[in-house]
Amino acid sequence: MKNLDFDWKPLALVPLLAVLVLPLVGSTSTWVTLTVAGLAMGMIIFIIASGLTLVFGLMDVLNFGHGVFIALGAFVATTVMGLMADWTGSNELWRNLVAVFPAMLVAMLVAGALGLAFERFIVRPVYGQHLKQILITMGGMIIGEELIKVIWGPAQIPLPLPEAMRGSFLLGDAAIEKYRVMAVVVGLVVFGVLAWVLGRTKIGLLIRAGVQDREMVESLGYRIKRLFIGVFVVGSALAGLGGVMWGLYQQTVTPQMGAQVNVLTFIVIIIGGLGSTGGALIGALLVGLMANYTGFLAPKIALFSNIGLMVAILLWRPQGVYPVANR
Amino acid sequence: MNPNLLELKGVHTHIGAYHILHGVDLVVPRGKLTMLLGRNGAGKTTTLRTIMGLWHASQGTVVFDGQDITAAQTPAIAGLDIAYVPENMGIFSDLTVKENMLLAARSAKNASQMDETRLQWIFSLFPAVEKFWNHPAGKLSGGQKQMLAVSRAIVEPRKLLIVDEPSKGLAPAIINNMIDAFAQLKQTGTTILLVEQNISFAQRLGDYVTVMDDGRAVHAGSMQALAEDEELQRSLLGLAL
Amino acid sequence: MLKRILSADLPRSRWLALLLVLLVVALALTPFIFPGVKALNVAAKVLVFIVLVASFDLLLGYTGIVSFAHTMFFGIGAYGIAIATTHLGATWEALAVGLGSALVLSFALALLIGLFSLRVRAIFFAMITLAVASAFLTLASQLHEFTGGEDGLTFKVPEILSPSFEFSEEPFLGVSLDGRLLCYYLLFATAVVLFLALLRIVNSPFGRVLQAIRENEFRAEAIGYRVVVYRTTSAILSALFACMAGAMLALWLRYNGPDTSLSFEIMMDVLLIVVIGGMGTMYGAIVGAAIFLVAQSYLQDLLRIGSEAASSVGWLSALLSPDRWLLWLGLLFVLSVYYFPTGVVGRLRAGAVKGKGKP
Repeated sequence: MKNLDFDWKPLALVPLLAVLVLPLVGSTSTWVTLTVAGLAMGMIIFIIASGLTLVFGLMDVLNFGHGVFIALGAFVATTVMGLMADWTGSNELWRNLVAVFPAMLVAMLVAGALGLAFERFIVRPVYGQHLKQILITMGGMIIGEELIKVIWGPAQIPLPLPEAMRGSFLLGDAAIEKYRVMAVVVGLVVFGVLAWVLGRTKIGLLIRAGVQDREMVESLGYRIKRLFIGVFVVGSALAGLGGVMWGLYQQTVTPQMGAQVNVLTFIVIIIGGLGSTGGALIGALLVGLMANYTGFLAPKIALFSNIGLMVAILLWRPQGVYPVANR
Repeated sequence: MNPNLLELKGVHTHIGAYHILHGVDLVVPRGKLTMLLGRNGAGKTTTLRTIMGLWHASQGTVVFDGQDITAAQTPAIAGLDIAYVPENMGIFSDLTVKENMLLAARSAKNASQMDETRLQWIFSLFPAVEKFWNHPAGKLSGGQKQMLAVSRAIVEPRKLLIVDEPSKGLAPAIINNMIDAFAQLKQTGTTILLVEQNISFAQRLGDYVTVMDDGRAVHAGSMQALAEDEELQRSLLGLAL
Repeated sequence: MLKRILSADLPRSRWLALLLVLLVVALALTPFIFPGVKALNVAAKVLVFIVLVASFDLLLGYTGIVSFAHTMFFGIGAYGIAIATTHLGATWEALAVGLGSALVLSFALALLIGLFSLRVRAIFFAMITLAVASAFLTLASQLHEFTGGEDGLTFKVPEILSPSFEFSEEPFLGVSLDGRLLCYYLLFATAVVLFLALLRIVNSPFGRVLQAIRENEFRAEAIGYRVVVYRTTSAILSALFACMAGAMLALWLRYNGPDTSLSFEIMMDVLLIVVIGGMGTMYGAIVGAAIFLVAQSYLQDLLRIGSEAASSVGWLSALLSPDRWLLWLGLLFVLSVYYFPTGVVGRLRAGAVKGKGKP
């Protein structure tokens, strides 16, 4: 990620999109609100997508079942936060955070644990066989979704924002929701941690090298298969965290949410380039912005607009904006 | 102590349905440089990959320093202090030269923990590595990448160096550079198994030689003996050394 | 003679041949052998799915392409019939218009998707088809003035096919001779024709090239076959057959909605059937569809019994609830992919080869 001549073009797409849409929206204050919403949604999707893209980049494993970790995280949060109703009902922010952070932590732990089981029983037996991976991970997601329905029931459950996290502050004329700002902050923290681990630790080095040439890393004496299990678990945990945040964003969780966000996640990592965290960030921000802008301007075509975006980018760079070399 | 650091006996390797190695016997004596010669397609690279566990022998044994590594996994084999420089160099182009070297230095947790003296020695052999230390390895020229690949293999002392065609595609001046480097390496007592098509390498560095053809070892012996026998040279290699 | 009808693609196993004959006869005589509305519904669904799954097998088993957009074409066919008869009346012309436009739309979309696969890798392609199918599903719900939205469209079919039409006062062998019966046999005949057509396609030179491409794309291209053209053609054919299957379904149900034909559940069903039956065999579609749909209908009853029996043990009862059919499906699916990769047909054929003493 530290290159001397950095490929800035994809990064420029984000402000470009925002600027292009401004005249269509008309009012600046609405535009600001939408942009913040888009960035927040984008950050949440990035949290979810980062794990998936590394898993694919590192071990060539396509996990079509990534959505199950998202849904699981969200549902676990409803339970945990439900238990702490008096904390979430309080007007004091720190009390709310005391409820939300454990919810996130537990969600991540549970999702990570499921990730461990998923890797062992569903993914590992089909290493190297893409077709079977696609089929089996889909099957795994169906099973997971149904189990969620068994535990929490098939209906959607509300996940209200704690008291002090509701509402917006005003920037001039524009209303900016507090929670959305928080989501952007959390997203940036996750990105920062990932960037630090990948760029400055030996494990990160191994991951980046492994994404390029797995065989050579093994020839240098590293048991990369073990590393992969770790990456898979972390990716699942991050998806769980993303699920909690998505649930809070929508203020409701449904068993199908995993499958729904899955589609957006795939679009994001295709745009970003399979294996690239930086690409995933850019893809996620673009998708988040696009979803919010079209949600306002032409709601019927929202999902199609993201597909259109993906097609446009693939026509420009068929391997995604930051393709990983040596594949 | 076994005079041979590495011994292959009757090794057969299949890749899918293709039977590539048909019972290869190979010995690599300790502390010496053994050349593995043969024309393209003879099975040299396959032999090296089989030793490293990247492909598994379907029959026969591979014994390293008294240990049977025939069925071992690649990371474990590398962990026995065997360094491998593959034909395609295996350079991580998105990583910097420094990061490539750090990765190869298993005992170092970060750059400052790499052996400074050793690095200086490597820089003296291959100045380009020092010059492009913080640059992405992908920006290096072919010859420089080759030097980086060899540098990686020697950043920490290893018992055995397995190198696959280090001079491929290099300019003659750089090849001389490479030969000097290997000569210095020999002096440190490292055992080397070298696949090379370039004759100068064989002449100046080789102690022992094994010649392969059609997936079999068809000749093994000292380099000196081969160098003195022009008939043998012609029949095995089609030319005189 | 038989060889020509089956395009020289014989069952190659005595048990398989027997099974197929049994199934075909059972389907042909369902109204007479299995009384009741439910049995007929299941049989009709089997016929529809045979065509749907066989068309998917063309794409997956013979061409090696994973596409999650298959049910989209199924839905287009179904909606074609539904929308046409709703807006143009229950006439044969309306059916023709509906089917015709659905086929044209399927052709165009499949062409687009097929050409786009030029630019991207197989994995991208699978993800993209997933995205497109999801988008289409949303679209169908949203264009509710046109498609009836979430509720779908209920419509009438030409009189001769509707249950109220009776062409004989007297029941024949216990079965009333009405439009429903006629409709069933129309479906049966269509399924037979379409299946044999698919069999002909995969056994033609075109089909052979597809298999070559599936095995080794690089080599096929090197020999001189333009892989993109073959893949796109396969995708188009697959889509057209799926579209026709959709039309069959709509005709039978006289109803269509997003869940009936476009849902993810149906895609899973198709995947499961093709895996259980056997990929790349065509006959797998017949065997798989029959096993699967019969099991689905009657096993749900079994689950209900189990759930009630276990009602005292809350979680067990919830696990066995017939609404959680998909859970058991998913488990079965995962197990099939591992342990049963060649499917029923593959197993039977392997058994036949062993029996003959061949290595």
